[in-house]
Order: sequence, then structure tokens, then C-alpha cells
Amino acid sequence: MTFALEMRGITKRFPGVLANDHVDFALEKGEIHCLLGENGAGKSTLMNILYGLYRPDEGHIFLNGHEVHIGAPTDAIRLGIGMVHQHFMLIPVMTVAENIMLGTEIVKGGFVLDRNTAAQRIREISRQYGLEVDPNAYIKDLPVGVQQRVEIVKALYRQANILILDEPTAVLTPQEVDDLFTIMRELAAQGKSIIFITHKLGEVFAVADRITVLRNGRVVGTTRPSDATQSSLAAMMVGREVILTVEKQPARPGRTVLEVRDLKVLDDRGSMVVNGATFEVRAGEVLGIAGVQGNGQTELVEALTGLRPSVAGHVMIDGVEVTNVSPRRISEQGVAHIPEDRHEHGMVGKYPVADNLVLNTYYRPPFAQGFVLNHRAIEEHAWRLVHEFDIRTPSVYVPANNLSGGNQQKMIVAREFSRPIKLLIAAQPTRGLDVGSIEFIHKRLIQARDQGVAVLLVSAELDEIMSLADRIAVMYKGRIVATVEAEQVDRAELGLWMAGVMSHPITEAVGAAEPRA
Amino acid sequence: MNPVAQINPGGRKRFLNRARGLGLFYLVLAIIILVWTLRASPPDSLSRLGLGVILQPPPLRLTVPTQPSLIVIGLLLGLTGLYALFCSPPERATSMLLGGGAVLIVLGAIIAAATDKSIDLVGLIKDSVRLATPIMLGMLAGVMCERCAIINIGIEGMMLTAAAVGYMVSLYAQNMWLGLLAAILAGGFMATLHALLTIQLMVDHIISGTCINILAVGVSGYIRAAFLLKNPFGAPGLFPYVFQGTPLWDIPILGTILFQYQPMVYAALVLVPLVWFVLFRTPWGLRTRAVGEHPRAADTVGIDVFKIRYVNVILAGCVAGLGGAWFSLETVGHFDDLMTNNRGFIALAAMIFGNWNPLGGAAGALLFGFADALNFKFQILEVNVPYQFIGMLPFILTMIAVAGVIGRTTPPAADGQPYRKQ
Ligand SMILES: Nc1ncnc2c1ncn2[C@@H]1O[C@H](COP(=O)(O)OP(=O)(O)OP(=O)(O)O)[C@@H](O)[C@H]1O
Ligand SMILES: [Mg+2]
Repeated sequence: MTFALEMRGITKRFPGVLANDHVDFALEKGEIHCLLGENGAGKSTLMNILYGLYRPDEGHIFLNGHEVHIGAPTDAIRLGIGMVHQHFMLIPVMTVAENIMLGTEIVKGGFVLDRNTAAQRIREISRQYGLEVDPNAYIKDLPVGVQQRVEIVKALYRQANILILDEPTAVLTPQEVDDLFTIMRELAAQGKSIIFITHKLGEVFAVADRITVLRNGRVVGTTRPSDATQSSLAAMMVGREVILTVEKQPARPGRTVLEVRDLKVLDDRGSMVVNGATFEVRAGEVLGIAGVQGNGQTELVEALTGLRPSVAGHVMIDGVEVTNVSPRRISEQGVAHIPEDRHEHGMVGKYPVADNLVLNTYYRPPFAQGFVLNHRAIEEHAWRLVHEFDIRTPSVYVPANNLSGGNQQKMIVAREFSRPIKLLIAAQPTRGLDVGSIEFIHKRLIQARDQGVAVLLVSAELDEIMSLADRIAVMYKGRIVATVEAEQVDRAELGLWMAGVMSHPITEAVGAAEPRA
Repeated sequence: MNPVAQINPGGRKRFLNRARGLGLFYLVLAIIILVWTLRASPPDSLSRLGLGVILQPPPLRLTVPTQPSLIVIGLLLGLTGLYALFCSPPERATSMLLGGGAVLIVLGAIIAAATDKSIDLVGLIKDSVRLATPIMLGMLAGVMCERCAIINIGIEGMMLTAAAVGYMVSLYAQNMWLGLLAAILAGGFMATLHALLTIQLMVDHIISGTCINILAVGVSGYIRAAFLLKNPFGAPGLFPYVFQGTPLWDIPILGTILFQYQPMVYAALVLVPLVWFVLFRTPWGLRTRAVGEHPRAADTVGIDVFKIRYVNVILAGCVAGLGGAWFSLETVGHFDDLMTNNRGFIALAAMIFGNWNPLGGAAGALLFGFADALNFKFQILEVNVPYQFIGMLPFILTMIAVAGVIGRTTPPAADGQPYRKQ
């Protein structure tokens, strides 16, 4: 039989890295094919080659049995290949319709943009595949889930038959993920072939028809969900057994390290998104903040780490008032921060890995003597962390931008753990990471807790919160609506609080109560 | 990179939002006007505002008592300021307050200047439009470049080169229109240089623009010394008035304001809506703006980022060339060293003032042109307002605009960043 797409012997080298090593990959018509692999395994590279963004060093690509040459995205688009990138390719200040028609505009009278016809066609596509989007909305006003739908419509608008989705679920809420899966199944049913990249094994079993696993740029194998289990897939990806559940002893909480009282924070648009949050984190415990994204978690963390001013309330660390002080003052109190947006707040992309690993300590001995940086010390420190945290990079001198997403995250985690701390604020610490790295970071978080560090964990992954946290605070519309011991709740209950259906049931009992407004 | 995060770095909420900043500015200005009026304006003076050339048989004119009118204007401005400061009006209303306040300020300045004298309003408007022309053309060049993310501070140099080359060719060919063509090409040539440096060689845009400006001083100075100082030809003259001799020319008031100009003025007035239309209503414009906001996104849908940038920057240079022709071929009739006199930089201020939109930029250019015209008038009339203050006013407004208080200005997100293919 002929495949909708076949890639044969694809090889791609970057300086110091063999990103794809004779990769063979085949996609059947109408299937959802899941591409799995560790961070840096070469998944995005392979897809970028298919979409014409990278030129392969070796290999051939066949569409429906015919060899094709894809030298640029225009070729891919012409051949019916559409890609939704790991980082969205949308222009925030333009409308949905403008973004979608960009590059293949419809004109009237020879040279005038015909927005109405474009909007019409977008609505037709929306209807045909059940992808709800408003053509006249501005991208910047849309939640990520909808932006993603726009990206999919953008590909369909160009009559894509093969759809590449590179880690589409990394930034979505559970509800949005479910919606996306419905859409994907609908698309496949209508004959579109989908390549779906993810790190979440649960999702693989939810949608995939077939699975191909990459490791170190090579294909490990192709299988079907019925022939695999989560742990067998994890083992294929990482090359060893992975423990998917977190092992931990009960917490032995000590003194209160972080105390937040009645904190109020505004977002960029000036609305009160943290509206009187009160909680505390004690030494030796993990407090997990659960909540649907966009309920003020981002702004809360930014306020706690000094990146955003609060308008009312108090933040104390070990009894020292740190409300609205500079990020460095907070950092010097022994606070480590794994930021949610690693490109914006976590690293300097153009700096080498070594420099990124001392971003919070470069001004102190041994990295600086007076005004002079000690490069020897910085380099040694970098190599030590690269080995200890298994950061996959050809050298400590490559720009951090060249690392795969997961390795960038490991670099940040390594930096934050590389000095003595008493409070760790981790926002979405495992977003976009492979199972092996997640296991590793989870272990480090629990280790830190056991050494007496207070850990504040903010995560959109309910599983992550449930398996790591000792206590769980649910955030809804800028307030902590419930704080509970982790053993005393189940997913369903948490879900109800997160949806705002139920409020403050056992808060009083636990003590860290939220004062009523 | 997260494009959304780039737009609002830090994302701090300021007390001074657009409306409040505007209100504060108008309030302070109102107080200055009132204090000045009560202390320095003679109580029984009259201001006469002419509405046509003085020589015209029945001199149309408006006569108002100076001090009371100024007090009324000051109070109205103060009220506008207070309203903007304390009533947090919606965005749309704030824009109207901005415009209304500006009209009040301009009116006040004219009435104050006309104390015991007569100022020809219509002539003032005509001069404003004329003096705004090079700024407007430069502004368009700036918008065309920056909308595709190339910063162009070399507009001054492009205009200067065009002025010199255009004049030289019109002198030697004894043909103004060949001179104009040469000016356009000279502007385009300098822009090609800027495009090569910034797009191909990825030189920092500011550095490249500065080089263009320095080069232009040298080239134009050389042209003047080598070809213009001694030459066998007579001066080629100036561009003709387009509507002279037609009935349109003689229409009272309207004729003066609309039909008594030379060609570059009309070129600018046509180009402003044209560039706006192309930018916001055509595929080319959509692509240009996409390249200015997120070049990688444009690339992934098959848009040739480099082509878009080259074409826009070079055409922008041609438009700047028209601005150069305004100096040597339309206004002065010969070439002087440095004759563009920083209008290329003021054009960038107008562009920022207009929030990278040709229409807003044209309003900015008119404001600067008006300040220029008023400045000249005041010097001629020996008005006892510090006329330098009037000259400063547009710049103060621009600084406030740039600081993001009045009408947040947002440059294209990728402005000034080189683009590398992967
Ligand atoms: N532009 C580049 N220049 C140099 N090296 C690169 C470049 N892009 C990717 N690499 C390297 O190629 C390898 C494969 O990267 P790729 O982005 O394909 O991984 P991935 O499987 O998508 O990982 P992740 O799950 O973290 O996104 C990595 O080691 C990465 O560092
Ligand atoms: Mg990837």
C-alpha cells in the first residue's frame, strides 16, 4: 500500500549534534500518528524538515508514493502539508481572519483585500470540522486554546491534508485538550492525516492510532496503543525503566517560610486577578496551587518573585517583609524561582548555557572577583551542572536558544538548585518535558522538600499536583477557595472547586483560611 | 519567544494612563495660559484674524477681544483637563479630548499672537501645509520602513542627497522633471544602501542610518563644491503652481487653502491616503505588517521576508527623494549644504506621534508644519510670546506621546530586529 507520507533515511546535523539519524517515518491516510521521544530526540527537527523550514542533509520524502522536494514552507503548503508550531506563529495585533489568510489572501477588484469572503470561508471550515473561531477577533484577546484552533484553521484554509501538531497540548487546560482531541478525531474521520507530538503518555492512548518513538535522533520503533503500555512506551523513549509515580515519605513540616496575606495583584489590563489571596508554605512541605489556567496563578507567582507589583497585602519570607521589593532582594532571601515562561523570565536565549547557569549568582564569588568575572569557575560550574542534571548540549558554550525546549527547562532547574535555598517557587516546572526529565525534576523537588525547603508548586497538571503536593490550595478567580490536605481529596472534588462550583468547605479546618470579603 | 509577552514588557500598571496624562498636561497648560493672560495680556486689546490675503478688496476678518477670549480658552482647556483627569473617559472620548484640546491650544496661540495686530489665518494654514510637506513625505518613508521592521533614521540623509542630486540634474539637463526623477532615484539609491546593510549584512539599523546621514552630508557637499558652485547654466527655477491660472486658484479662502501649492504638496497629500490604503487594505500591506510584527510567522506561510523588506525600504527611499525635491526644486531654487535642516528627524517624530499610521503621521506632520509656520509669523510680527515655546510645543507633545502617556504608541513588534532564515 502507499502511504500518505513517507520519509526515508532523513538525516540532519547541527553543529555538534546529530538531530536526525536516518529516520524512516510513514503516515497512513486518515490516521493520528503520535511521535514520541525525549527532549532533544529530534521530533521538532524532523517536522521542520517536512515543513521545509530545515533542509535535510540526506533522505527522501514521498507523498502518496511520489517523491517530492520541499525546499521552503511554500512547497509544503502547496503539497497540502500544514504545521502548528510548538510556539504559535500568529500575529497578536491582527485579527483571526488576517492571520489565517496571510500569504494566500483573497482579493476583490484585483488588489483589495476581501475580508468578508475570507471570513466566510473561515466560517465554513469552522462548521465543517467543528472548530469554533470568530474571524473578527484579535489574536491577542484570545486564550491559547482558541489561538491553537486558529492555527489549525489556518492549515485547513490552505487545504492541508497532512497536519503536524507539535506539542499542541503543552499549553492547554484539560478541557481544551479534550476539545482538541474531538477536533483531531473529526479531522481524521474526514480523511486528514495527523502527526501529533506530545510528552504526555495518557494523551497517546487517548487519540493515537499508531506511535513512533524517537531516541537520540533515531527511530526506536513503531507500535500501536493496543500493543503498548505507558511504562513500555516510557522505557522505549528513555531507554530504561521510568518510575511514573512519585515516591515520597509523609512531609514533616516545620516553621512557616512563606506567608502571603490578602495579596491583591493587577494584570496587564488592570483588572484585579489576584484578589486577596492568603496562604502559607512551611519548611519541608509542598504546597500545590491547583486551578484552571488564567485564575491569577501567573500573576500571583510574578508578585511573589518581585516581577510584578502588588497593590495590597503582604508577602513575608521567614518573617521578613518582602512585599514589592526587587527580584534580587527576594532571590537573596533564599528564594528560587522556576518561571512559567522560560523564554521571557527564565533565560537569556542568546547567552551561552554557562552564563545562563550563573544568572542569579554571577556577581558573587567564586564567579566574580570584584568587578571581574571568573570564567574558569563559571565553566567548571556549568559542566558540573550539565552532568548532574543531564542537560543535553554539545558544549556549555552553545547559546541557550539552540537547546531543545526540555533541555532549556533542565538548565533553569539546575541553576535554581545550584545554591542553598529555603523557598522554591516552581511554576509549571515540567511543562514540555519528557517523562524521564519529569521523573528527575519531581525527584529533585521532593528531595528539596525533605531537606527542609518550602516548596510552592503551581501547576496546571492536576496529576502533578496530586502526586507531589502535601497540601493543595485551589485558586479560583484570584482567591484561594480551598486549602486541603492532599490525602483527603480526590480529583473530582478538586475539579469542582477549580470550576468554582463549590467553595470553602474545609478551609477553616485546615487553618490557612481565606478571609471572607 | 512569546509574542504576547513582548508587547507589554513588565506589564506594570501606571497611575498615569492615557487620559490622566492628557488631563494633567492640559491642566498645566491651562494654568500657564491663564496666568500669562492675566499678567501679561493688555486688558483692552483686540485680536484681528484675517481670512484671506490682506490686499484682497474687502478684507474678511474676525475681531475678538484678546484677554476675555484667552480666559475663555484657558478655562475650557482646564475643564477638558479636569474631565480627562478625574472622569476616566473611554478610549474614543480621550482621542476626541486630545483633538479638541489641541484646537483650543492652537486657537489660543493665534489669538495671543494677534494681540493688537492682525494675523492672516488662511495664509497661516496654507504655510502650515506647505511646510508640513517634507515632514509628511519623510514620515511616509519612515512608516513604510518601520512597518516591515526596518528602522530608518537615514531619511534625513536620503532627502539631502535627493535635494542635491535632483538640483544638479535639473541644472545640467535644464529640465525640472528630469531633476525630480533624479531626486527620486537618489533617494531610492541611498535606501538600497540602507537595505543592503540592514537586511543582508544585518548591521544595526541605527548605525546604518547614521552612516547614511554622514555619507549624505559628504556626497551632497561634494556635489555642491564640484558641480553647483561653478556651472555654465542658469538656475532652473521652481516647480510651477499646479492650479495657477485656473478658476480654482481664485476661490476665496478655499482656493488659498486647497489650490495654491506646488506639485510636491499634492504628491504628499495623495501619497498619505495611498500608503494608508496599501498598508491596511491590500495583500501587500498585510504581508508588510506581518513581516514587521512577526517575520518568522510570515515566513512559515511562505512570505518572502527579504523581498518585502527590500521593496518597502527602496520605495520608501523614493518617497524621501520627493521630500528632498521639495527643498531644492520646489521651495528654495538652489542647493545649500544641510538644507534639509533636520526635517528627516522631525518626520520620525511625526511618525511616532501618528502611531506608525500614515493618517496619524500626517496629522503629526501638519502639527509640526503649523508650529513652523507660526514660528515664522511670530518672528515677523515680533510677538511678545516667547516664540521658541511655540516651536517646542510639538516636540513636547511628541515626547509625551513617545513616553506612552498620550495615546500609547506601539512600534511594530519586530522593529529593528534582523531576520535570519533557519
Ligand atoms: N537551530 C538549531 N541549531 C543547533 N542545534 C539545534 C537547532 N535546533 C535543534 N537543535 C538540536 O537538535 C536536537 C533535536 O532538537 P529538537 O528540537 O528536534 O528536539 P525535540 O525532540 O523537538 O525536543 P523537545 O521535546 O524538547 O521539543 C537537540 O539536541 C537540539 O539541541
Ligand atoms: Mg520540539
